[in-house]
Order: sequence, then structure tokens, then C-alpha cells
Amino acid sequence: MNIELLTLTEVTAISGQEGDITATLVQHPRYVDTDKCIACGLCAEKCPKKVPDEYNEGLGKRKAIYVPYSQAVPLKYTIDPNNCLYLTKERCGLCETVCPSHAINYLDQKKEITLNVGSVVLSTGFKSFDPSGLDHLSFGKHPDIVTSMGFERVLSATGPQGGHLVLPSDKKHKKEPKKIAWLQCVGSRDENRSKNSYCSSVCCMYAVKQSVMAMDHSKAPLDCAIFYMDMRTQGKDFDTYLEKAKDNGVRFVRSRVHTVMPDPHKGNLVMTYVDELGALKTEYFDMVVLSTGLEISADSFALATGMGIELDASNFINTNSFNPVSTSMPGIYACGVFTGPKDIPQSVMEASAAAAAATEGLAVSRNTLTKAVVKPKEREVAEDAPKIGVFVCNCGTNIGGIVDIPAVAAYAAELPGVVYVEENLFTCSQDTQDKMVEVIRNKGLNRIVVAACTPKTHEELFRETLIDAGLNKYLIEMANIRNQDSWVHSDEPEKATTKAKDLVRMAVAKAFRLAPLFETQLPVSPSALVVGGGIAGMTAALSLSRQGYPVTLVEKNQHMGGNGRQLCKTWKNEEIAPFVKGLIADIEADGQIQTLLGATVESVEGFVGNFKTTVTSVDKTQLIDHGVALIATGAVESKPTEYAYGQHKAVMTLLELDALFMEKDTRLEKAMEVVFIQCVGSRDKEHPYCSKVCCTHAIKSAMAFKKKNPDTGVYVLYRDIRTYGQRETLYREARKAGILFFQYDLDSKPVVTPGENRVSVEFTDTILGRRLCVDADILCLSARIDARDNTHLSQAFKVTADSAGWLLEAHQKLRPVDFATDGVFLCGMSHYPKPVDESIAQAKAAAARALTVLSRNSINVGGIVAQIDPERCAGCGGCVEVCSYNAITMDPEREVAVVNDALCKGCGACAATCPSEAPSLMGFNNDQLYAQIKSALAV
Amino acid sequence: MKTDLFEPQIVAFMCNWCTYGAADLAGVSRMQYPSNLRIIRVMCSASVSPHHILRAFQSGADGVMVGG
Repeated sequence: MNIELLTLTEVTAISGQEGDITATLVQHPRYVDTDKCIACGLCAEKCPKKVPDEYNEGLGKRKAIYVPYSQAVPLKYTIDPNNCLYLTKERCGLCETVCPSHAINYLDQKKEITLNVGSVVLSTGFKSFDPSGLDHLSFGKHPDIVTSMGFERVLSATGPQGGHLVLPSDKKHKKEPKKIAWLQCVGSRDENRSKNSYCSSVCCMYAVKQSVMAMDHSKAPLDCAIFYMDMRTQGKDFDTYLEKAKDNGVRFVRSRVHTVMPDPHKGNLVMTYVDELGALKTEYFDMVVLSTGLEISADSFALATGMGIELDASNFINTNSFNPVSTSMPGIYACGVFTGPKDIPQSVMEASAAAAAATEGLAVSRNTLTKAVVKPKEREVAEDAPKIGVFVCNCGTNIGGIVDIPAVAAYAAELPGVVYVEENLFTCSQDTQDKMVEVIRNKGLNRIVVAACTPKTHEELFRETLIDAGLNKYLIEMANIRNQDSWVHSDEPEKATTKAKDLVRMAVAKAFRLAPLFETQLPVSPSALVVGGGIAGMTAALSLSRQGYPVTLVEKNQHMGGNGRQLCKTWKNEEIAPFVKGLIADIEADGQIQTLLGATVESVEGFVGNFKTTVTSVDKTQLIDHGVALIATGAVESKPTEYAYGQHKAVMTLLELDALFMEKDTRLEKAMEVVFIQCVGSRDKEHPYCSKVCCTHAIKSAMAFKKKNPDTGVYVLYRDIRTYGQRETLYREARKAGILFFQYDLDSKPVVTPGENRVSVEFTDTILGRRLCVDADILCLSARIDARDNTHLSQAFKVTADSAGWLLEAHQKLRPVDFATDGVFLCGMSHYPKPVDESIAQAKAAAARALTVLSRNSINVGGIVAQIDPERCAGCGGCVEVCSYNAITMDPEREVAVVNDALCKGCGACAATCPSEAPSLMGFNNDQLYAQIKSALAV
Repeated sequence: MKTDLFEPQIVAFMCNWCTYGAADLAGVSRMQYPSNLRIIRVMCSASVSPHHILRAFQSGADGVMVGG
């Protein structure tokens, strides 16, 4: 209700300043009235004009009236004015004729809209690189050379091939590929051909995923080969996935492919490449997928430059590491790929972070423009005999064209408890809703059955109608006679009608037994607890305080700053120490933030909105009331157990080297040979994950040596250089500066022998095929980053960690800062190793997510939750065991189990476990289910 | 409806969050399947107890499906 979605709309001008911005927009005509369109699809079925489908990367066709993709929001049709026969030539007009709800409006005009807003967020995303210009890859010359986006559509169940892996060149015979190659870095890491010098960050991982999925989709054994330069799978759990792909037989070939060409004789594709040892190879493939990079579209470029926003050389929005979602224009924020190539979790984090940043300055005006519903008083009907009203929907012809609606309505009228039946063309349309409210009031209906589409999409709408009619919103039951009947039995109309009657009978039987359910409101403690006073914790605390909420910041050490205190500079050359000092000063000056140093969380009670946490420090124990908790306990650089670490003063870790830089140690001046070894203790059997930050950190440090003295010999021994995104710039500079990079594998690790003043490092150069040896003055080890031991904390907050100890988010892609436990959020390195900018984005994101709880005065609990009948409960505790949400506890006095409504998610597992049926899931109790079962079979 | 051909009556308990949604999607995709299936929506397949399954058989079901 408080989000207005303006589709087909462009921003033409922005003026004013943060807090008072005028945005001028142009909304292009859709030619379809979204209030009337019911997305039945008749228009598209009849439309004679076929157009290549952009969403399917041109691999399929769409009509001139279409829904861009099946999950489009709003799910409404739109006319493509460049291809519609009526709009271009005033011929046809079929869609207008067939539309059952008269939604077509050929006279629709574009509108200018002016909005007054406080801030603006840009999230226009990316455009996939177009490889047509790269003639050596033959894209466009053979249908079986596709882009990764195209291949994504090939694999998709909603794609042009229905998810069947067949060659686009031979769809007719459903010929399946036997060999597929993926070519990495097409339009990325390539200054010469594509001009995109950056790394696109996501392509390695999606290529691995696509190869694994392709193998799954293929009936016959499939040979998948990925041609790459460095495997950049630096994200959480990505390396584990990579190793699994290798185990499954995906081939990884470290090579930049020279040419791909269609072979006119064999009909397939021939590829030439140079392997790691320098040998020229030729190999045939049935299909080639180009892993195309991400870039900024011309429209996005024009949008940003029009607003005066600074862009970098590759047209990404310039941000700094400490303000990752702020643009150069105050009041305009950005998230997603517009600020740099990134994957879904990072984009989702940035989206929440941008929401936090964009509202920090507007906190005083929170809720001044939001709309709230005024609800009429609820009629008491619990004791009344059921007076059921049945509304049977035709859904245009979607249901009515198959199912005999009058027969279903007549049948419904005879069912017990039914006092009113009505047939509607569209039960969901606004006018029918208004009429329903009247009918419910006038006829005194107290249970409602809607026989229409699915409750998954429409139950909420009808619940609103019940509220408007003064009925408890849980007194409705839907019979799904469209998605699960007319649409799936369209070939058998008689059987569909029989089934519709059965479904209505089942719904009426359940409605007969429906009781009003009630929600209670619990107040929310409007304050936050942040555990961990590093960069992430401090950023989150400051963000929440700026939003107007008091924060208690708990830090285990006697000082704040965490790992940030030990870091020199970001990869963009920003000094970290002054930034951390600034954060600490801001925290100390903030009257709303209470800092507890040398303190730890002892125990936690309560639930979302109402936590009571005991925090102990050296001299005292405090009980803190808070509505939300943020966990930002960080991570720690491990101490290596190899390469003579601890045995020789020349050997040190990255953080130890940073300390030398900060102390301006003389050893740095004297060092003539410096070696870096990557992945020390990472990406092996015991610790399969990548520590993500070390490649950039090491190269940054390596560059510092070169800058001090260009004659210093600097060597980096690596497995894959993972300078993802724009960090690639740093890698390129390093190579230009003469830093030498040597690749090694787990079975050919460097050998370190301590000498008197130096250590000798021996390694293989694969290109020369020879062993080399460097006597290093400094040997810097990129040591693995370890998770901290959060056992006590995670038990206290009922949150979980993965096998490596990283705290586990609710969903790795879509809920990257939430825990599965409501009201508890995570950010920073406790989630996974990450650089400063990502920690800050995640911290702001966690603050934004916490705000969704804090900004409410109360939380509603109850409704569809379990209740336990104490008379039936034997106190066995079986339900306590099965409850995944820890919502059930034993009442020690009465020896019965009790449900906490605030924690119950309404799954009903307790009800199924209990041998004496003491728990019932409200709205799905046994009486109701048994009635449904019985009526399902009562023919 | 009795015919010479055996037509089983099947009761399906489907989880609101996955299988029930999948059954909806089957409709959106216009997939056709036999009509002798009666779906009962539950909030989690874990809420389906042996009692429900046995009750379905007692009431005359030839098959019971639990999707979750």
C-alpha cells in the first residue's frame, strides 16, 4: 500500500536537494488498463504479430501484446507500440475484440508525472555484454553459440525450450548436445576487444552452476568444459560448489580461447586454444556458451550523467569504500550493478543498505506520508450458526469456458449451511468486491467461500473484503477451481465440472467449521542491541541511531575498531585508520548509543520486538531490553602452520605486514626481494572456503613495495587471482608495475627453506616448465580468515552457523542479513570474510532490516498459529522436540506444553506429532481437515 | 462415478509453500493431468499426521499423496 509502482516510466529530470527533491517522470502508455486486465492471456493468444522475445534472448517469440516474463509485476499485459498492427497501421484490433474485461485502450497517452521526494535510489542494473562485435567468437554465425543469458533461458522451465536441453540449431529433432564449452571473460578483463577492463565478478560462478545444471538436464552423459583465466568463486560456499562440479566431471581448462568457428563439414563448432603448457589445441563442441560480462547500458549512463553523478572509466557509479551506496550527488543513492559488477546476495544487501542510507536523513518525517487502513468494527459471529455465502468466479472464460459455472452454483446452493450463491465474471474485480461487502452485510453472511483461482495470490485480497464487511478475516475458504481445475483439465470439461463441485463441497465443509481467529498486538521495545564493535557493528549502530533509535553496543575488547584497527588502506587507496577513528568518535559523541566495552552476552530471553539480554562486563551485569539484535562479531586472521611461519622473522601474515607499514619499519626499505604466497590454509580439504579479501590485500601490499622502490623484486604465488569487480584495475596495474605472478596448485605448493637473514622460496613456473628460487627478505603469507567461536552467542540468540563457523543467514541469495530467527540480523565478517566496503554495505543493510521491526509500534502475533489444549496434553514434550522455531516450551508447574504465539510460524508439525492431538493449528485443525477429507471422497 | 476402468480416488495433502504452489504453476503452464485428484492445502507437510492419511483411506481414498 505504501509502495507505488510506476511501470514503463523514465526519470527525465531531478532537481532540488536531499530532503526536497523534485523528480520529473514520463510514463509511457501501456495501452492496457491495469485495473481491468486480469492477465487471462486471450489477447496474446489471438494477437497475430510475432516478435523475437527479448526476455528469451531472441531464442523464442512473443506477441505484440505480451507479459515480458511469467513473474512480471504487475502481472498485466502491455502492447509493444512498435510492433502492434493497430498502433502502427490501424489494422487488426483483435485484442480489443477478445478482451473479456475491456482493458485495451489504443488511445492511451504518455503522461508526465512530478514527484516531490526526500531522496532517490538508483538501481537500474546491468546490460549483458553483446558479443556480436567479437568476430573471433562467431556469435550470430551459428545458432549453437549462445550467450550465458541465452543459455540460462535454454535451461529454464519457462524458457523457449521448456527447460529441455536441445541444440537451438536442431530444435525440430530435439537433438541434444553431447559437448558444451563455456568461454569465460567475454566482455570482461579485456581492454583490447571489449574495452571492459574490469572483472564482471559473477560469470565464473554462473558458468559452474550452468555446467552442473546442464549435466542434470541432459539425459545422456554430457561433457562440460569451462575455459577460464582465473576461477573467481570467492563468495560464500562457492568454492565448495566448484569442487563438487569438478568431482561431477566438469572440466576446467585454464586458457583464453583463440577462436570459435562453425565447422561447415561436421556442422558443429571448432575451437582453438593454447593450453597451460603452451601447446596449441583444437577441440570440437556441439554448443558454446559465451560467459558475457555485465555492463552499464546507454540509458543508465544517460540517466546518471543527466543527474550530474560521477561515473568511473567503465561507467559504473563512483562510490567510495566507506559510503558504498552513496553517489557524488547528496540525496541520490545507488545499489546493485550500477555501482559495480556484483552477484545477487551483494545486490540485495546493497538494496537494503541504500534504503537505510536514503532514509537516515529523512527519519524525522517518517510515517508522515504513509497511508493506513481504517477498518470497520468486527461483527461477533463465533457463536452464530454458519450462514455461508459462495461466490463462484468465471474468471472471464478461464474457468467459465471449461467448467459449467451455473451447474456448480446450483450445486453449491444445496450444500449444508449455504444461504447465498452468486456467479461473478471476475470475483476479484473492484466492483465485485464492493458488491460482496454489501451482500455480506445485507444477507448477514458469516462464512465465505470463493470458488475461483488460488489462495496463494488472492486469499489476502478477499480477506481485505471480509474486513471491509466487518467480518473476521479468517472466515474465508477458497476453492481453487482455476489453477487446479479448469486450467489443468481443459480437455475434459465434464470432469472439470465434477471436480469443481467437489472442490466447492470441500471448501464449504471447511468453511462450516471455520472460527474467527484473533491476533494480539505486542509492543516493540524501540531499541537495538549490536554485538561487536568493529567497522560493521559501529556502522550499524550509527545508522540505527540516525534513524532515531537507541542502541546498546557490546564489544568484547576494551576498545572498538575490530580488525579495522590493523588495516592500512583499501584497494582504492583510502586510509582506513582515520575512518575507524572517525567512527569511534561518532559513536562516543552519539547520545543515543550506549557502549559497553569488555562486555559479552550472557543470556537472551524473549523474541522479536521483546528481547531481554543479560550482558556482563568486568564490573557489572546488566539486563537490556531491546526489540532487535544485530550480530557483528567479525572474524580473525589465522596463524599459518606452514611455510616457516613462526620460525623466521622474514615470514609474516598480511596483517603483520600492514603493521610494519603503519610503523614505517626500516625492513621494508631494505627489502629487495619480496614474495607473497596466496591461499595459505584456505581452499584445501580442511578449509575449503576462499577468504575473499587476500588477493586484493596482497596485491595492494605488493604495490606498496613497488611504489617505494621500483627495483624491488616482488613475486606473487597464487592459485587463482581473485581481484573481482573493479579490483581488477589493481591487478592490471600490478602486472604493469612489473610484479611477477606465478600460478601453483595444491599438488605443487611452494617450498620455503629458512636461511640466515632470508628465506628461500622455491616454486614452479608452468610456462617455462622450470623450478625457480627466490631468496626473500620478506615472505608474506595470505593466511586464511577464520570465523570466531560464536557458539555461546548463537545458542543464546537461537541462530546457527555453518560447518566452518560462519553465521548462517536465512537465505543465501534473498535474505543475506536476516537470521531465520525473527528480529536477529547479521553483518560483517561473522557472515563471511569480506572487504571493508562490503562490510559497511551489509551493516547498513542489517540496520535497514532491523528498522522494519523497530519502526512498528507493535507486532501482530496469533492468527494461524498452534494452540495446545492443556486438558489433552500429557506433557511428553514431543512437540517441543519437533518445533523448528523453538516456539514451544514446557510449563513446569502445569507440566503441559505452551506455544509462544510470537515465535510460532504456523507449520502445524506439533499437531501431527502429538499422539493425543492436543495441539491444533488454528485454521487447519483436525475437525476442519477431517471434514475436508471426508467431503473430498463423499460422492 | 463408476466405470469399467478403475479410476482411483486420490487425496493429496500439499504444503502451502511448495507443492501447493507447484500445483498452481502446473495450471499457469496449462499442464494437463487426470482429474481424479483432490488437493487439501496444509501449512506444512509436517502437519500431516498418520491419522489424516488413515482417515483418507477409511473414507474411501485409493491413494494418498503428501507433497512438501
